[in-house]
Amino acid sequence: MATAEAVLDCDIEELFYGTFRAVRDTHIPLVRNQITALIGPSGCGKSTVLRSLNRMNDLVRGFRLKGSVRFRGMDIYGSKVDPVGVRRFIGMVFQQPNPFAMSVFNNVAFGLRLNGYRGSKAEKVEEALKRAALWDEVKDKLNASGLSLSGGQQQRLCIARAIATEPEVLLMDEPCSALDPMATRKIEELMEELKERYTIAVVTHNLQQAKRVADRTAFLYVDTKENARTGYLVELEDTKRLFEDPQADETKSYIAGEFS
Amino acid sequence: MTIQSSQPFHEPFEGVDMSELERSLMRPRTFLDVAGSALTALVTGAALVPLASVLWMLVVRGGKSLSWNALTQAPPAPLEPGGGFGNAILGTLVMVGIAALISIPTGVLAGIRLAQAREDDRIAFAIRFGAKVLTGMPSILAGVFVYGSIVLLMGGYTAYAGGLALAILMLPTIVLTSEEALRMVPTLMHEAAVGMGATSTQAVWMVLLPTALPGILTGVVLAIARAAGETAPLLFTALFSNYWLVANGYLELAYPTASLAVLIFNFSSVPFENQVELAWSAALVLVLMVLATNLIGQALASRRAGAR
Amino acid sequence: MPTNHQTFAQPPSARQRVLDQIFGVLTRAAAWIAGLLVAVIVLQIAWKAVPAVREHGLSFLTGTTWDPKQQQFGILPQIWGTLYSSLLAIVIGGVLGLCIAIFLSEGFLGSFAFRVLSLFGAQHRRWALRIPDRADLLLRNLVELLAAIPSVVYGLWGIFVVIPLIRPWADWLHARFGWTALFSEPLQGPGLLPAVIVLTVMILPTVTALSRDALASVPPKLRIAAYGIGATRWETMLAVLLPAAKRGIFGAIVIAFGRALGETMALAMLIGNANKISLSILSPANTLAALLANSFPEAGPKEVPVLMFAALTLLLITLVVNVFGALIMSRAGVEKKA
Repeated sequence: MATAEAVLDCDIEELFYGTFRAVRDTHIPLVRNQITALIGPSGCGKSTVLRSLNRMNDLVRGFRLKGSVRFRGMDIYGSKVDPVGVRRFIGMVFQQPNPFAMSVFNNVAFGLRLNGYRGSKAEKVEEALKRAALWDEVKDKLNASGLSLSGGQQQRLCIARAIATEPEVLLMDEPCSALDPMATRKIEELMEELKERYTIAVVTHNLQQAKRVADRTAFLYVDTKENARTGYLVELEDTKRLFEDPQADETKSYIAGEFS
Repeated sequence: MTIQSSQPFHEPFEGVDMSELERSLMRPRTFLDVAGSALTALVTGAALVPLASVLWMLVVRGGKSLSWNALTQAPPAPLEPGGGFGNAILGTLVMVGIAALISIPTGVLAGIRLAQAREDDRIAFAIRFGAKVLTGMPSILAGVFVYGSIVLLMGGYTAYAGGLALAILMLPTIVLTSEEALRMVPTLMHEAAVGMGATSTQAVWMVLLPTALPGILTGVVLAIARAAGETAPLLFTALFSNYWLVANGYLELAYPTASLAVLIFNFSSVPFENQVELAWSAALVLVLMVLATNLIGQALASRRAGAR
Repeated sequence: MPTNHQTFAQPPSARQRVLDQIFGVLTRAAAWIAGLLVAVIVLQIAWKAVPAVREHGLSFLTGTTWDPKQQQFGILPQIWGTLYSSLLAIVIGGVLGLCIAIFLSEGFLGSFAFRVLSLFGAQHRRWALRIPDRADLLLRNLVELLAAIPSVVYGLWGIFVVIPLIRPWADWLHARFGWTALFSEPLQGPGLLPAVIVLTVMILPTVTALSRDALASVPPKLRIAAYGIGATRWETMLAVLLPAAKRGIFGAIVIAFGRALGETMALAMLIGNANKISLSILSPANTLAALLANSFPEAGPKEVPVLMFAALTLLLITLVVNVFGALIMSRAGVEKKA
């Protein structure tokens, strides 16, 4: 895969929490305007890897990364890099919808305010809500609290909030696992639209979802040798090929449903 | 294999009188049960008697001399008709205001820092412990401290000193309730802010503080209510005054200042009827102020619970 | 690398960075102030007390005369008064407060209200549904109201209501039981008895609130298990719930004791300000806090260090009790309920 196209090039040699090695040897370049899914059994480190992409893991005590994560060519783990700045360019959507305790409008405008946007916030908010397929449902209640929406709507609100400032990359950590099937479907459709503008990485434990949505899929597995639980990348491939003709044994077993 | 018991076989409930299941006061267990409930009911009722008595006295005796004059004039000399405690009301408001200005920003900022501390942060634990111990300190000692430092230094009793003493009493409460209110903001919300690239200050100002505001306000209001009723810390920091704080349109804060609480104390033990009656009216006004503040605090607390 | 859209994100501006730093410093400073304040207060008072400590030493704590003119200072009577009055108040107030806490936590008033409504068959009507809970809440608020009344108002009430009320009883007690240490002196108006009565009322809400929290922190399954084997309500309370909550209740009592020790105004107005030691609850006495309240305003420069010494004593006594209480409460694992 041509790294020249990789907007976010994740190259983890080793990732530690204190003395615990959580991930090793995981190289996942995120290709522009494509959805890359990270799948694998529990504990394989897929969320950990995702959170490393915008330095969210910095919040955890004892976190250490050996390797590099290059955003537009620059290693975001460089010694001079400010993680706060990194997170402004990379959006994140979490497993549990977490809108702020403010109005719908202010939720979406949050990023604009944060970044000192001087233009018309109302315009951008409408744009973002439209891109998140939420505009029609909330356009009459922009002042209602974000918490008053349903689960699926809240998650789309979080997506709108994340894309309001037009980041390049959108990271999604199991965005549908707390939602019912209909809301899930809506978000999956949304992702198809979003990838026209953004580069997306999504962690999911739902194989069908990966098949439906992702252009490329990375399969991670857990290494339990020597009493360790270290995750690592087994295979990274075009989704179709990964599911139809997996190369590694672990991938074959997982897809055939033998693991959790 | 049959298990042989040494005793002959009975029907399990043979000889048992089913009427034993009926509830009757004649049985010691039931009697004790009812007696226990009755006893605690009696005690609780008895505890409300002082409350009723205090409120009754306040309304009856305090209401007697409550008048527009009482609220707007300065204290009378012994046996002098008229007069009031208007300057004391102003003094209380001003000194509580000074105390609030000092203790609220400091307390909320400290609460923010404590809420940001990790679980195993020893220093934060020590600071929290220090604040908790401070809440139990006798209020007069805040006055002693301010006396020994500020009053002796500035060479006189001032409203500033009184306000500072009250601030010392308010501070720990505000710190602890602010921290608690901030910690109740869901971690997920904080994570969302961080994920969007907010600096920690931005996360606090734009997300955490607004969300925790009702809880913080409740703590602040309760601290204010307590400070308004304090006497001991003011006794030798602001002392007392028969004059108004205001001269030529300016607040004269560098002078001894009257307060409702100290007025009540001073007038409670004098043999002059007019001053005693004013003491009761002042007590009524003070209690009304404290109660109103408490009610506001409770209203804020329930708004927080309901607005989710 | 070409992008197909323009991002509006930018890294934190210089202004945002500076504000972040400043804010961090401010919050840190505020936290330190809040944490160190108690130490600063102790040190300041101790510092001011040094001249008196040097001059009088331990005889200050054991002496019984307080005579500023003769420069004779001893605060044993005041220490005695502080401890004796608070002890009496906590013994009575502890028991009473616990009873009230039990009454509130068992929801007796609510159950009673429910029974009354049932008498009229109205217990399931729409308007009646919330009455039992509201009754319990009202009662709780009323008890909390006791805490909201300022100390000086209690003092006023004590002078004009309690003292006249108990006078006849006190005289009777003195007449009948004057031969016992407890009633050996007559009531002259202000004295230990009215002060202790008012003090008890003042610490009731503290004992009640903290004990209620302790009882509420007992896991519900204990109560259910006890009921399941047929224990009556009171058997459950006495044999299961109270023992389970005993750490929290003990902490409540210690903390309330600490509050009683520090109580100033009501005692200053009611205890009689007599610097003597007597076991009689009818005699007047004095407390450290009352001594400070009465003496400081007129204190000359020679007296100030002595009063600081007395303040230091009060501070250390209450500090020990409050720290002890705080430690018990944190070990008891009691969570604050709304």
